[in-house]
Amino acid sequence: MDFSFLSQPAFSGGGTYLGWVITGIKWTMLVSIFAWIIAFTIGSVLGILRTTKVIWLYGPATVYVEVFRNVPLLVHLFIWYFVVPEIVPRTLGLWMKQGMPMPEFWSAVLALGFYTASRVSEQVRSGIQSIPRGQTQAALATGLTMPQVYRHVLLPMGYRIVVPPLTSEFLTIFKNSSVALTIGVLELTAQARSISEYTFRTFEIFTLATVVYVLITLTVVVIMQVVERRLRVPGYIGTGK
Amino acid sequence: MKRFALLMVALFAAAGITTASAAELTGTLKKIKDAGVIKIGHRDASVPFSYLDDQQKPIGYGVDICMKIVDKVKAELKMSNLKVEFVPVTSQTRIPILTGGNIDLECGSTTNSLERQKQVDYAPTYFVTGTKIIVKKSSGIKGYDDLKGKTVVYTQGTTNERAMKAYNDEKNLGIKFIPSKDHAESFLAVQTDRAAAFPMDDVLLYSLRAGAKNPDDFVVIGEFLSDDPYAIMMRKEDPAFKKVVDDAVIGLYKSGEINAIYKKWFESTIPPKNINLNFPMSEGLKEAIKNPNNTGVGACGKMKC
Repeated sequence: MDFSFLSQPAFSGGGTYLGWVITGIKWTMLVSIFAWIIAFTIGSVLGILRTTKVIWLYGPATVYVEVFRNVPLLVHLFIWYFVVPEIVPRTLGLWMKQGMPMPEFWSAVLALGFYTASRVSEQVRSGIQSIPRGQTQAALATGLTMPQVYRHVLLPMGYRIVVPPLTSEFLTIFKNSSVALTIGVLELTAQARSISEYTFRTFEIFTLATVVYVLITLTVVVIMQVVERRLRVPGYIGTGK
Repeated sequence: MKRFALLMVALFAAAGITTASAAELTGTLKKIKDAGVIKIGHRDASVPFSYLDDQQKPIGYGVDICMKIVDKVKAELKMSNLKVEFVPVTSQTRIPILTGGNIDLECGSTTNSLERQKQVDYAPTYFVTGTKIIVKKSSGIKGYDDLKGKTVVYTQGTTNERAMKAYNDEKNLGIKFIPSKDHAESFLAVQTDRAAAFPMDDVLLYSLRAGAKNPDDFVVIGEFLSDDPYAIMMRKEDPAFKKVVDDAVIGLYKSGEINAIYKKWFESTIPPKNINLNFPMSEGLKEAIKNPNNTGVGACGKMKC
């Protein structure tokens, strides 16, 4: 193992190979965080809709979840990147391919975000549905309306219950972001591959990439543990003491 | 934290072991004899050198030459029932897969570069080409300097990527590069206007163009940005195997059999779309056949780097 190549000047564009690794980390973080914002927002809305009793609310949400979680992530990515620009009106399509800044980045964010939203939605739904029905009935009996029941009873409890599985989804999004390399986002795995191509230091660079992924995900785990500790309801599940 | 450190040590150790075993693997002939199988790396879209036909079977000029080498290996090992296994490789994976031992020969469209010679050995040059670009006729691009500020797509891990980037650095063109994983996908980016140009070995550009829906919409332009002699790759420091391979290739050159193979792939209709490339043998290739050699070229084409 010899990591001295990292400080060597890179083949093109000035800078060093370490600089390539750092750009890779930057894109991995950006893709993951933007995708997570989409996933969490849309996933929450869908998850809540799926717990309602109104068909034109839970119906479309169910269709979305089943369509999005049953199609492989790679296919999502290719649809956003290769197919969507060809089926929209020609000028818009051209803009998506040439005018729009960083088309591959936004395709990756949308694909990863919408895909993960279907998974987040299932976590949120299971959180809400795990609350005993008696609580809803009690809340309605005190004169709250259904939206108020969600706002003050179901959601505050439901979200707390699903913090651990949501942590897993958040970790997964960092790892899934490596799929973006197939459409040319130069994130960490893509950079590792091209550095290995230029320097032939395959083992070293992938070891480094592995360590970086582990560090990123460990950081997320630590942060989420703090969140979990702050938010937990004394005397409810998962607290123990 | 201690446990984490241990885990890291284990990871590093595992990587160390793999490196060691890859380096110890010598004697490809022995390996082939023991396994009873020779593994051949092929490409999926390097028409007409190495690609898949409509039955997903690898075919092409390079594959044909490799099969002649296989015949020679069979004779050498006295194994008439030697099995041939085809393994798909890409521009990025071909060298690690070869040095890692999962293929014994790479029969694709690989440029013999001095830099790669540090990793692998080459059989005598079997084709001579160079980097040009393909653009849409309607784009009005006439030369490399018209690419200023435009988007260029490249196949990752190719010598053409380096030649184009070196040119961009030297002329300060401010080209925006997008990487792609194979030639078909790169050409698709040009077809769909995602990229203005695609730098590649000219022969591959002509074959991509011939396979397009409207070949007349595209032109291949430019002076050679690099010279690219193609050759079959094998592992380094294996003189016994290299001799068998070299003898087989030179044998084809001396007997003139190479001309028939060339005609079959470059001057006749070829599957799967029944196109004829009409690409007569270049002076460079005639020379390489007359005086077989495996001289490599620099990494950045005709630019300095």
